[in-house]
Amino acid sequence: MARVLINFPQRAKRGEIIEIKTLIQHPMETGYRLDSKGAVIPRDIISRFTCAYNGDEVFRAELFPAISANPFIAFSTLATESGELVFSWIDDNGQIQSEIRQITVE
Amino acid sequence: MRALLAAGFALAAVTAAFAEIAPEARRSGDDFVSPEIRAMQNDETANPGMLWVLQGETLWARKAGAAARSCQDCHGDAMASMKGVAARYPAFDAVLARPLDLEQRINRCRTEHQRAEPLAWESEDLLALTAFIARQSRGLPIAVATGPELRPFLDLGKELFRQREGQLNLSCSQCHDDNWGKRLAGSVIPQGHPTGYPIYRLEWQSLGSLQRRLRGCMTGVRAQPFDYGAPQAVALELYLVERARGMPMDAPAVRP
Repeated sequence: MARVLINFPQRAKRGEIIEIKTLIQHPMETGYRLDSKGAVIPRDIISRFTCAYNGDEVFRAELFPAISANPFIAFSTLATESGELVFSWIDDNGQIQSEIRQITVE
Repeated sequence: MRALLAAGFALAAVTAAFAEIAPEARRSGDDFVSPEIRAMQNDETANPGMLWVLQGETLWARKAGAAARSCQDCHGDAMASMKGVAARYPAFDAVLARPLDLEQRINRCRTEHQRAEPLAWESEDLLALTAFIARQSRGLPIAVATGPELRPFLDLGKELFRQREGQLNLSCSQCHDDNWGKRLAGSVIPQGHPTGYPIYRLEWQSLGSLQRRLRGCMTGVRAQPFDYGAPQAVALELYLVERARGMPMDAPAVRP
């Protein structure tokens, strides 16, 4: 499992816009680089990122080979009700890393 | 008279070439980065180096080696026991009678106390532990010891800093003492103060040690780089840290 940093206010007022910042450890190997012997280093990138808020997708990003290693994604959403945020990073091979975080809206 | 003046100028030129940076003109590498990079560094949720710090925190508590001991078993809570430690490295090791840098100290602890295999230079685990320990000194001033036993190593480091080398025949000093603030291709030349190591370098897309950085510079002037952990490399690190005395640590720093 890759290491992940997720940050957003744990408590928010209803109707407040909250900023969510995510950082994941990943090489984002482009597939265009050669190793010391001249062989192509196989492509290995996260191709999709999604965030679901109580089951509703509130943010999605598609990632491409030009994106740096350890991609940092920040976005905002409207705090509507208490519940959980599910963050998913999906790589080229369909492997999914999911993280669940709770939010309290009052 | 004219000959005397000419000699005077020649002498002035020689001293100018070896001029150290005046204390009031010293600037941390942090001063040379763009506001965007500084913002990334100072926001713990955006600084990619924190991924290694997190990993280091896990490793700190993990038992290793034949002794089945973790760092924590001896040193306790790193927040307290490791505070300011990284700001004092490289430090003199009485048994080996030479200075060790933080990476070497970690590995010495592993082989001596944990009876485990030393971690490879630039391996994820060594970088993670170094970053975690260095993180505990963030904001504290660099305060390396300079006892008489370190004097020969400091002198060696200083000599290496001023030694021209490589096909480009350049010394560290020619860029970092004489021409800091100017540009080398697109990048501003910093003064070369190692305040934030291990650093997350955007060019590397990864965390890296001071030794990796030094090797990069040496390859840049087309010299044969020191091996990782070579005594000369540690002496140079020691001189650089002494040169940056009093500057606040900002590890893990982000640099372009």
